[in-house]
Amino acid sequence: MKKNYKVEVDCPNCALKMEEAAKKTAGVKEATLAFMTQKMKVEFEDNADVDAVMQEVVKNCKKTVSDGEIYL
Amino acid sequence: MTKKQKVVLYRIILTVILLVAMVAADKVLGVENGYIRFGMYMIPYLVIGYDILKKAVLGIIHGEVFDENFLMAIATIGAMGLGEYLEGAAVMLFYQIGELFQSYAVGKSRKNIAALMDIRPDYANIEEDGQLVQVDPDEIAIGTIIVVQPGEKVAIDGVVVEGNATLNTSALTGESIPVEVAPGDSVISGSINMSGVLRIRTEKEFDESTVSKILELVENSAMKKAKTENFISKFARYYTPFVCYMALALAIGMPVIQLLINGTPEWKLWFIRALTILVISCPCALVISIPLSFFGGIGAASARGILVKGSNYMEVLADTNYVVCDKTGTLTEGVFRVNQINAAGEFNEETLLEVAALAEGFSNHPISKSLKEAYKGEIDLTRVTDLEEISGHGVIARVDGREVVAGNEKLMKKQNISYELPKAVGTIVYVAVDGEYAGHILIADVVKKNARQAVKRMKASGVKEVIMLTGDAQAIAESVAKEVGVDKVYSELLPAQKVERLEEILSGKQPKEMVAFVGDGINDAPVLSRADLGIAMGALGSDAAIEAADIVLMDDNPDKIITAIRIARKTLGIVRQNITFSLIVKFGCLFLGAIGLANMWMAIFADVGVMILAVLNAMRALRIR
Repeated sequence: MKKNYKVEVDCPNCALKMEEAAKKTAGVKEATLAFMTQKMKVEFEDNADVDAVMQEVVKNCKKTVSDGEIYL
Repeated sequence: MTKKQKVVLYRIILTVILLVAMVAADKVLGVENGYIRFGMYMIPYLVIGYDILKKAVLGIIHGEVFDENFLMAIATIGAMGLGEYLEGAAVMLFYQIGELFQSYAVGKSRKNIAALMDIRPDYANIEEDGQLVQVDPDEIAIGTIIVVQPGEKVAIDGVVVEGNATLNTSALTGESIPVEVAPGDSVISGSINMSGVLRIRTEKEFDESTVSKILELVENSAMKKAKTENFISKFARYYTPFVCYMALALAIGMPVIQLLINGTPEWKLWFIRALTILVISCPCALVISIPLSFFGGIGAASARGILVKGSNYMEVLADTNYVVCDKTGTLTEGVFRVNQINAAGEFNEETLLEVAALAEGFSNHPISKSLKEAYKGEIDLTRVTDLEEISGHGVIARVDGREVVAGNEKLMKKQNISYELPKAVGTIVYVAVDGEYAGHILIADVVKKNARQAVKRMKASGVKEVIMLTGDAQAIAESVAKEVGVDKVYSELLPAQKVERLEEILSGKQPKEMVAFVGDGINDAPVLSRADLGIAMGALGSDAAIEAADIVLMDDNPDKIITAIRIARKTLGIVRQNITFSLIVKFGCLFLGAIGLANMWMAIFADVGVMILAVLNAMRALRIR
């Protein structure tokens, strides 16, 4: 399953880091963050609990980029 | 400016005032006490840098050491520690100015590009108790009647039930020629009504409408990253740690070497040089300017009715050496028209067409339609009696009491009518009246007006070969090929054979050469997806084509292929300029910083200045014509 999220991130390098952090989260198959459109597309593993995984994604992204926001 | 940016701006202004005041106080009063001087400069330093310091600490806690906050924190704290108070505060100040400019410029260009693609209708009008009410297009069910007034956008795809108007579809197609619509015509969302009130019965939901599909496609295009973009993100991952270790090596290694050689280590000198290098280490200029250039190019293309589904396709497009075209609907109009009338015996062109059109009057076959279209007079079907349609052959009917046989060669043979063999190629309708041959009518697909020019321009711009594939008969294919000027033609292909031919072309080229396939998206989806680059043409309103292709030309003008290639090449050019320029300046400054020829101020330029220039350069992509 794929879902799109609005994000707010200031610098392109931070966007790359958030993308990496999201990709490494368990339950996430693939994640792409487009700095230009400020959107993140997350593809989940087949039997993942989307809400729980996204909570983790937000947490991991916060760790790497403290002022990046993901709007669930 | 956003709220966040405004806060930073106020902090910058406050810091400038504070710094000027501190420097003045320092100079005039000649502050001797080291602690007081330190305290004086710490105030502006903390005003401008507290968030950076906070982020740096958070980064270290979370194990994210090599980020630019950390680098700036180390560099400025180091400078403060060495007693270079003004320098430390100023570096932080310039870094923040640079960051502010970056976020402002990027935000602005994002908005510019978004505005270029802004075809989203905000509302739709529906009628309630004789009053027009504006509602969210999302809430409109299929089959609702919406009212579109002059100047408004059509919000949802549908059919006109009442009213006549001229529609401007330039936001969708890039073409400025308006389209006339009348009751019964389909209209596509995103077009702008220029005259007259239209009542439209919606046929789709807003999410499924053309305008939503296009917006979704363009917004997602930034997700498909180009190879260059991926290269840069990889590069950034190694570059920053590399510079940090280099700085560390410089700060510790060099004095140690000096100590070993002559016993007098210059700790402070090397430490400052190391700090200078740290300032240069942020890869932001590179990381920002590449996607921005691609996005600008995609924006420029979409303003001309060319939708590119991802930055990666811009790269392929720029390297396209082979263009494989489908014939029908791509190089030709895909509409059959009467091309030639050769009357025989008692008939002239007009009367021949008249009996043929009448005899075929009841049929809905494309050939019958084109006959009826060509015949200017009124078709009075009461003149037609005893109609017999013979599938795969033609029709036999009585027109004004005379027996008319109209159809292909097989029909003529079946009826034992001798006929004249035509010279031209195309679909031919033979007509016989009362058993006597009366002439034939040539119906052919018409080559698009600008097809020849488009092929010529493709070749001129470095496309090696333009190849045409078609399912049509060899004679027709070759006459079209000659007229358009393509290099090679393969005819009489079934859809599966088209894929085979394409495979052959793909295996015969160099690995770096790219093959683009251009089709109208009708029954060539497998070929579209097999090519390095699938271009669907005239796809306005065809979901299947939009789905299958990598690049979608909203109208059916073959000239757009070369426009797309040109935009892609220029965009790639800008991308390369930015990469080269940023890398040269950065590595140049790194080197100069290491040998002590670049100071902190040059380092700031290498970081912020290069980024500003790269962003400005990237914005040129938006203006490619």
